[in-house]
Amino acid sequence: MGVKNNQHFYRKLHSLLGIIPVGIFMTVHLLVNYSAVWGIDSYNKAANFMVNLPFKYFLELFVIFLPLLFHGIYGVAIALQAKNNIGTYHYGRNWKFFFQRITGLIAFVFIIWHVWETKIQVEFNGVEANYHLMAGIVDNGIALTLYIIGILSCIYHFVNGIWTFLITWGITASPKSQKVTEYIAIGLFFVLTFVGIRAILAFA
Amino acid sequence: MVEMDRKIHLIITRQKDAHSEPYKEEFLVPYRPNMNIISALMEIQKNAVNAKGEKTTPVIWESVCLEEVCGACSMVINGKPRQACSTLIDQLTEPITLAPMSTFPVIRDLMVDRQRMFDALKRVRAWVPIDGTYDLGPGPRMPEKTRQWAYELSKCMTCGCCLEACPNVNNKSTFIGPAPLSQVRLFNAHPTGAMHKEERLTAIMGDGGITACGNSQNCVQVCPKGIPLTTSIAQVNRQVTKWSFKRFFG
Repeated sequence: MGVKNNQHFYRKLHSLLGIIPVGIFMTVHLLVNYSAVWGIDSYNKAANFMVNLPFKYFLELFVIFLPLLFHGIYGVAIALQAKNNIGTYHYGRNWKFFFQRITGLIAFVFIIWHVWETKIQVEFNGVEANYHLMAGIVDNGIALTLYIIGILSCIYHFVNGIWTFLITWGITASPKSQKVTEYIAIGLFFVLTFVGIRAILAFA
Repeated sequence: MVEMDRKIHLIITRQKDAHSEPYKEEFLVPYRPNMNIISALMEIQKNAVNAKGEKTTPVIWESVCLEEVCGACSMVINGKPRQACSTLIDQLTEPITLAPMSTFPVIRDLMVDRQRMFDALKRVRAWVPIDGTYDLGPGPRMPEKTRQWAYELSKCMTCGCCLEACPNVNNKSTFIGPAPLSQVRLFNAHPTGAMHKEERLTAIMGDGGITACGNSQNCVQVCPKGIPLTTSIAQVNRQVTKWSFKRFFG
């Protein structure tokens, strides 16, 4: 039962977990953050709702942390396996392949940092998870810039991941369907970027 | 004629044998109209003198059909994998760089060993088994509509350009590459070949199989035969998805 013998299963699991639940969770997360645009109270209310969900630890473990850890660690292994060749082959989709790996690595580091500050500190050091915690983190230009890079990387990785997911599972086979889903992915990128960036700027 | 004195400048990545280090050697060969890479290499074969005027060994390459159907003369020409026979000197910018494909072990100079591709074809059972102890009679007919696209897939000549361009085919990965995956689609589309469909799908669900594809889609860009490799891979992905559900749930 080595990793190699079950490569097919692990790759498919990696592809699936990236969308369900990790990508879905990220979208919900960005939407909850957006409530900060409407003011401190509305954000604290939305965050409270998430924090007080029943079976929170169970949900966090199985909907967020385990899938995210598997997707992240296995994904880093996949990313490091590629011999990127955008220097020779300048095709658009080869660039997207390259960026999928770069943004994945950035997202991996960003999420570790983000979880450390907003989760581990909250659980173990008694920090309260509210608007002020986040506002304190991004009150300097460097942290805010790193957050924006992290958010953009996560969004790119997710929308391009949807596009490759549809191919990997055999849903979009024809060049035309792959073109159409490419445009949809680009549209989704701008929508999520709007939501994510406006939300983080509401804290700054 | 003014053209008579024109020389073609070639920079060739050479290697003495499978185990020695590669090096570059430059050549100036006399130009003739309508030359291809092979005829330029034949000039070096006739007169093995490099650009510095030193006597050297002729450059070794592999070629068979000389009409872009055998796949033997693939090499990296001006940075891209192509066939030496169908690449015309008149359409290239000079100096022309020639190098062996990096995905395959070099035997000597521009000659590489594409054995891994033939092994992959065996692994995916890229054939239609028809042998029996008695005459099995005619098989079912293939619809004309299927035949038309299947013919395009059958043009694959195992040349290796798609493996060369694929970022996921390298020495850190066991990926078999795009070409054999497209052959799975071809033989699964054949009415008699389809009788062994699941064997081929199971074969590409192993290590280095179809999930090692990362959708960079370089393969379809470099395929000299214009085979819709990425469509094939996605179609086979669909077959694999269906088959794995069927295999698990029964």
